[in-house]
Amino acid sequence: MIQLQQVERHFLLGEQSVAALAKIDLQIHAGEYVAVMGPSGSGKSTLLNVLGLLDRPDSGHYLLDGIDTAGLSEPALAELRSRSIGFVFQSFHLIPRLSARENIELPLTLAGIAPGLRRQRVDELLEQLGIGNRAAHKPAELSGGQRQRVAIGRAIAMSPRLLLADEPTGNLDSHSGEEVIKLLERLNREQGITLVVVTHDPRLGARASRQIRMADGIIVADNQAAATATGDAESIESPSLAGPAA
Amino acid sequence: MMLRLDRVWFAWHALTRHRGRAVLLVLAISLSVASVLVMTALGQGARNFVAAEFSGLGKDLLVMFPGRKETTGGMPPVSGNSLRDITLEDMDYLGQRLPNLRLVPLIMGFSEAKQGAHLRQTMLLGTSNQMQFTHQLSLLKGQWLPGDPTVDASVCLLGARVAQELFGEREIVGQWVRFDNRRFRVVGVFTSRSSNLGMDFNEAALIPVGAAQSLFNTQGLFRLMIQPLGGQAMPGLIRKLEQHMRERHQGVLDVTVMRRDAMLQTFNSILLTLTLAVAGIGAISLLVSGIMMMNLALVSTHQRTGEIGLLKALGANARAIRTLFLTEALILSTAGSLGGLLVGYFCVGVAAWLWPDFPIEVPWLATLMAPLAAMGTGVLFSWIPARQAASKDAVASLRSSQL
Repeated sequence: MIQLQQVERHFLLGEQSVAALAKIDLQIHAGEYVAVMGPSGSGKSTLLNVLGLLDRPDSGHYLLDGIDTAGLSEPALAELRSRSIGFVFQSFHLIPRLSARENIELPLTLAGIAPGLRRQRVDELLEQLGIGNRAAHKPAELSGGQRQRVAIGRAIAMSPRLLLADEPTGNLDSHSGEEVIKLLERLNREQGITLVVVTHDPRLGARASRQIRMADGIIVADNQAAATATGDAESIESPSLAGPAA
Repeated sequence: MMLRLDRVWFAWHALTRHRGRAVLLVLAISLSVASVLVMTALGQGARNFVAAEFSGLGKDLLVMFPGRKETTGGMPPVSGNSLRDITLEDMDYLGQRLPNLRLVPLIMGFSEAKQGAHLRQTMLLGTSNQMQFTHQLSLLKGQWLPGDPTVDASVCLLGARVAQELFGEREIVGQWVRFDNRRFRVVGVFTSRSSNLGMDFNEAALIPVGAAQSLFNTQGLFRLMIQPLGGQAMPGLIRKLEQHMRERHQGVLDVTVMRRDAMLQTFNSILLTLTLAVAGIGAISLLVSGIMMMNLALVSTHQRTGEIGLLKALGANARAIRTLFLTEALILSTAGSLGGLLVGYFCVGVAAWLWPDFPIEVPWLATLMAPLAAMGTGVLFSWIPARQAASKDAVASLRSSQL
């Protein structure tokens, strides 16, 4: 599903050019559950932004479902983000003036989906996330765990096949964090959504089926690389994802 | 692409986040629109007023007066530029050459009218009885000037107000009034149905033109009013009059013949210019609110960096974000325009109620253009902030701040 070939991304820090990503090669298959770990400044957030099409590599190629994204226009990238990618942020990024329902609905609204269909989809999601009774509340009236569930609802509203989570439990207590991560794992397991989680937390990272460790813009460890190399990649895709991701 | 209704909904929510700011901005736009409306309504009122003043007078009236407005440039004549008067002889000459004309001489001056202990500054009109037709005068008491008006006879008619103030309820006809130490016998009282450009003839006295000539010691007429009675075409008539006057004045055209409605036109164009000028002042206030709007939009763009980043992450492209910000501007300026129309029409209504004699009226063009200009300015001045918002880098925006 995801193929990075020799991807580079540099940033200027004063006079100095720093490589956030240095010739990264990476392949992630549909339905995988990947944790990206590493210290601050190791390039893991940049990797996530590149994967999410929010950032463009300076060089190299990023193939999403076989399409080289380097050649796509800004509106085409936005369209891809809208249809295929969901984001979950550490600080939730909910719009405070909108209710939980309206926040979840936002990507559908932005995509121009008819109000009737939107309502149906949001009802479904509220039910699925167990926050049906909080639908009319503003984010300020919700607990951290509830907020992150609203944010996850928003991320999966358009039924994306790739879910990118940046420290999804970073702002939550351990109990809420546990619930949120279970929710994400359930989405990965039951709906076959490809899940990429960036985290500092080794315990969280350990739960993923594949761990990628980054330092100074390069991948220093990838416990699945070996499996991929031996042609064993398909085995990690659970049979249940026969649906949309195939 | 986002549905139009959703765009408006989203923009509306964004605006309600800073309710006070939005309300102030709407107020500013409202006041600009209202000021344009009120200013142009005043100007239009002035034009209506002048038009009403003229409507009482015959539209087909020509006015001849000494002197000539020349705009041909060139050297001034060596012989100097002494003007020849228009005299009663000129009038007779024209009357003989051009039949079917009503010719009314006018010599105007101010004099102190004295009757017993009463003194009053009065406008004296030396003319003929024909003035009743050209200036819509009607007799209240007595009779018109007797005999030949060119004869220096000491008779007069008083305007209604002058008569009232000098005589009160007493019998007037046959009494004597003194103008500049000369006594005139009052033969009648008249009233004027229209005021003549602010000159109220009720405040005037009529004397034979001959008497005025000697009273003011002049042969020349102040004006010669000419009214065609046979349906002559105006431009041809003006040409003929000028031609005859040129013959009378040794080949020099030193009089001006003007249509009354041409004077109306002149007034009209002056007032129109004035109206446009005050409308321009109103438009400047519109510009100021546009700049205010841009300023606030820039602040808002900055404050909502995180939101912009989020919208991008959720699949909004640059164009969609630009449209969202422009929609906000359009909502504000539309609300401001509507408010401005309300306030403007309310003020004009109050003015019309306070001064019922002044025909104040909002020109339809202003009603149409002021709101359009407000909306145009709103969108124009929000263009740069909106473009700035749309071009923000998604990653940096997401990182920058919370929502």
